[in-house]
This record gives sequence, C-alpha cells and structure tokens, in this order.
Amino acid sequence: MIKNYLLRHAQVFFYSLGQLTRTPVATFLTVAVIGITLALPAGLYVAIENVQRLARGWEDNGQISLFLKQDVPGSSIEKLAEKIRRLPAVSWVDYVSRDAALAEFKRLSGFGEALNALDRNPLPAVLVVHPAAAYMHPDKLQTLLKDLRRYNEVDIAQLDLDWVRRLHAILELARQGVLILASGLAVAVLLIVGNTIRLAVLNLRDEIEITKLIGGTNAFIRRPFLYAGTLQGLLGALLAWLLLALGLLFLSDPINILAGLYGSRFEAENLGFLATLTLIGSGGLLGWLGSRLAVSRHLRAIEPH
Amino acid sequence: MIQFTHVFKRYPGGFDALRNVNLQIQAGEMVFITGHSGAGKSTLLKLITAIERPTRGEAVVNGKNLLRLPRRRIPYFRREIGVVFQDHKLLFDRTVYDNVALPLIVTGADPHDIPRRVRAALEMVGLLSKEKMYPITLSGGEQQRVGIARAVVNKPPLLLADEPTGNLDSKLSDEILDLFLDFHHHGVTVLIATHDGHLINRARQRVIELKQAELVSDSGAAA
Repeated sequence: MIKNYLLRHAQVFFYSLGQLTRTPVATFLTVAVIGITLALPAGLYVAIENVQRLARGWEDNGQISLFLKQDVPGSSIEKLAEKIRRLPAVSWVDYVSRDAALAEFKRLSGFGEALNALDRNPLPAVLVVHPAAAYMHPDKLQTLLKDLRRYNEVDIAQLDLDWVRRLHAILELARQGVLILASGLAVAVLLIVGNTIRLAVLNLRDEIEITKLIGGTNAFIRRPFLYAGTLQGLLGALLAWLLLALGLLFLSDPINILAGLYGSRFEAENLGFLATLTLIGSGGLLGWLGSRLAVSRHLRAIEPH
Repeated sequence: MIQFTHVFKRYPGGFDALRNVNLQIQAGEMVFITGHSGAGKSTLLKLITAIERPTRGEAVVNGKNLLRLPRRRIPYFRREIGVVFQDHKLLFDRTVYDNVALPLIVTGADPHDIPRRVRAALEMVGLLSKEKMYPITLSGGEQQRVGIARAVVNKPPLLLADEPTGNLDSKLSDEILDLFLDFHHHGVTVLIATHDGHLINRARQRVIELKQAELVSDSGAAA
C-alpha cells in the first residue's frame, strides 16, 4: 500500500517535472523572478552577517584612548602613564608620543606630503588604556572612563567600544528591516507562483473537468500543481543561492583589498549551512503554499456541467 | 440501483427541468430514456452522476441519497458509475492507452494491474491495436469506443450513456449498441439517453419517455 502510494507520488513528481521542461521559457522566467526576489533579502542578510562577524572581533578589545592636552610635557605623561598602569582596572597602557602619532598617521593616511607642509605637529599624545579582562564590561568600562577623565592632563577620553555598540544597534535595525523586506517579498513569491499555477489550471480546464467526472478527488487533481509550484520555488531558491555565490565571487577581490588596507584577513562568507537550508526550504514552502492557494481557489470554479 | 421519488429539478431563474419524476431501475436492467431535446434527459443523467442536485424529492443511486451526499464523497460515488459522453470527453494530448488508464490512476489502482486491465477494456471495444495512437487520429466511432473503454475499465456496476450514437451512422451505432448489450448481459446496469428510434427498436429493452420535464411513459421491464 505504502509502496504504491510512494510510487504514485513519484509518478506525479516526474510528470510535473516533465510539464515544466515542456515549457522551458515560461518555467525559466518564473524561476528567475522567484530567484531574484529571494536573492534580495538573502543578499542583505549575508551582508549584515558579514559586518556583524567583522565587528565581533573588535568587541573584545575594548580600549580607552586618552588624548592628552597639547602642552603636557613628556615627563608628566610618563608619570601619568605609570599612575594609570597601577590602577587595578587596567591591564597595560601604551604611550603614543606626539612624534610617534605623527609618524603613524603619515604612514597610514597617505597624507605624508601634506603634513610635511605644517610647521608644527597638530596631533596630541595618546595613552591607550587596555582594561583588565575582569573589567571588560560596559558598566565597569564606563566607571573607568569617568575616573580617567578626571586627570588634568587628559583632554578627551574616549571609549572605543561606543561606535562598535552603535554599529551593532544599526545592524540590529537592519536585521529587522531585512525581516520586513523578506516578509513582503515572500508574499510576492506567493503571488508569482499563484499566478503561474492559475494559468496552468485554466489551461488544463478540460482535463480537470474530465478527471472530476471519472471520480478524481480534489487532492488527486491538486497534486501535480503542488509539485509544480514546489519545484519552481525550490529552483528559484537554488538560483537565489547561485546569484549570491556569484555576487560574492565578484566582490571577493575588492573585499580582500579593503580588508588588507585595515591589516585584516577578513573574508566574506556566503550563507551558512542552516541559512542555506532555510533559504531553500522557504523557496519550496512558498512555492507549495502559492500553488495550494491558487489551485484551491480555481479548482472550485471548474465543475463538470 | 436507481430510485427516484417525486424528484423535481428547478434551475435558477425558475426553469423546471424535471417535474415530479418517479422512477425505479433494478440492478442489471437496461433502460433507454427518450424524448425530445430539452425534455429533461440530460438533467436526469446529471442528477444520477451528482453533477446537479435535485431541488426536491428523494433520489437514491447505488445506495446513496443524492440530497445528502457530502461534496467530498462525490468523487468516490462517481467511481461506481461509468459515463459515456456524446462528445466523448477524451484527452487529446494523451494516447488511447493513457485515456483508458485514467480512471484506474485516479482511483489509485495497483500499478502492476493497470496494463492488463486497460488492454482488456480496449480488447472489448476492439481497439487494442490502436492503444499508442492519439484520439485525434481516430474516427468518430473509434473515439466513442475509447470513451466506452474508459467508462468500463473500472468495472462499474452502473453504466450511463448520453446520446452515445449521436454523430454516428447506423452501422457504427449498431456496433456501439452491441457493446452495451454485451455489458448488460454481463450484469451491468445500463442507462442510455437517446432519441435514436432505430437503436431503441433494435435493442428491445425497457423504454422511458420524458416530455416537457415529466415522465410520460414507461414500457416496464423487458421480457
């Protein structure tokens, strides 16, 4: 019994596949529209994931930069650095002198020649404070930041984590945006598949009528359309994945160059295994649902007379 | 097999297609329904196949009360009835074999049995040699016989035919009639709607006449 049931389903599956290949242009167009529609939110998701992955690396080394007043002499800076070094919340302190800061800026910024034109060094000396591991917590870092601001020599004290946090907040917002976009586009896929299946149902009007006359149940008549819709959804999702992979391949060189400029070996990644499964699953599910809605609506209208 | 008691059928707009029809057909009978076009023959067949529902009265076919038959049970009800249509209603993008196999596939018959059963039905109507052909390449009489093979491939206890010889010459009509008589002799209940007097005279079976939506004469069961 079960074997026959599976065999019948396999027959319908191949029948539906055959129907799709019999109209290759129409099938390709539908699959392409679904693919592009799905690639849009999936692509944004990949972008956000990658930026988030990149930012996660920066989160752990929260550091406080103390920009010192211009007129503080070198000897006082050494003493200040020593004082801060002894704080229990501090692991170590790097001292970047005004000259060193200038040299580094010349090297990294590419403005070397322009800076030579200045008659004095505009950069302040910087103490980079690395908090102890136990103090790597937003509240404790804030307290430390307040303490460090009290020193007279300090002009500006900046917790470098702030912008990472803001970035995360922005990414979270973008993630919600992708979710909304994806919901909207999911409805679009439903409509695309629904419309394709609607035309297929109307084309097979006679066949459906005859099948009803000889005792075909609605489930039997629906089946090939459901397979066709699901197949189109799955193929669309595969195409979306392919488009993403191609896009990343296209962007990988510029990304490597950009990462290299920041001294990073960051490489953009495509959808992970689970996300890929989700993409393909959503494609199939949307295809199934779209055809199910369309078939049920139009099947009722076709009755023998 | 078929029991109609005070059956009325009124279409939207107030047109009466059947008025107070009382009819009883036993299992294994062969019955002709005759009358002018518009007399209600087609409506009667539509009621029996659950394409239309009676407006009033009690109609029982093959043990099922048609007024109370739920929509989702209709497909299963129809599997017990073979129907031959005047316009054949064949699928022109499928071979003769596939057309005849359709009722078996629809009912989920064992796939191993399908070829044997399809060929048996095609042999009965004399079209075994044309199983791979498409209906469009066949003559009208042959197409009608494909329709008959499709109607009987499931071995239904009740066989209906709506003007089965409508477009055929008398020689082909006789051949078709012989097929129906053959089924009748094998115990199938056969109901044929026709206004072909030649056919009715030759068959010598029970005749029911409809006139302006009413049953006006019934010859009674044939001897």
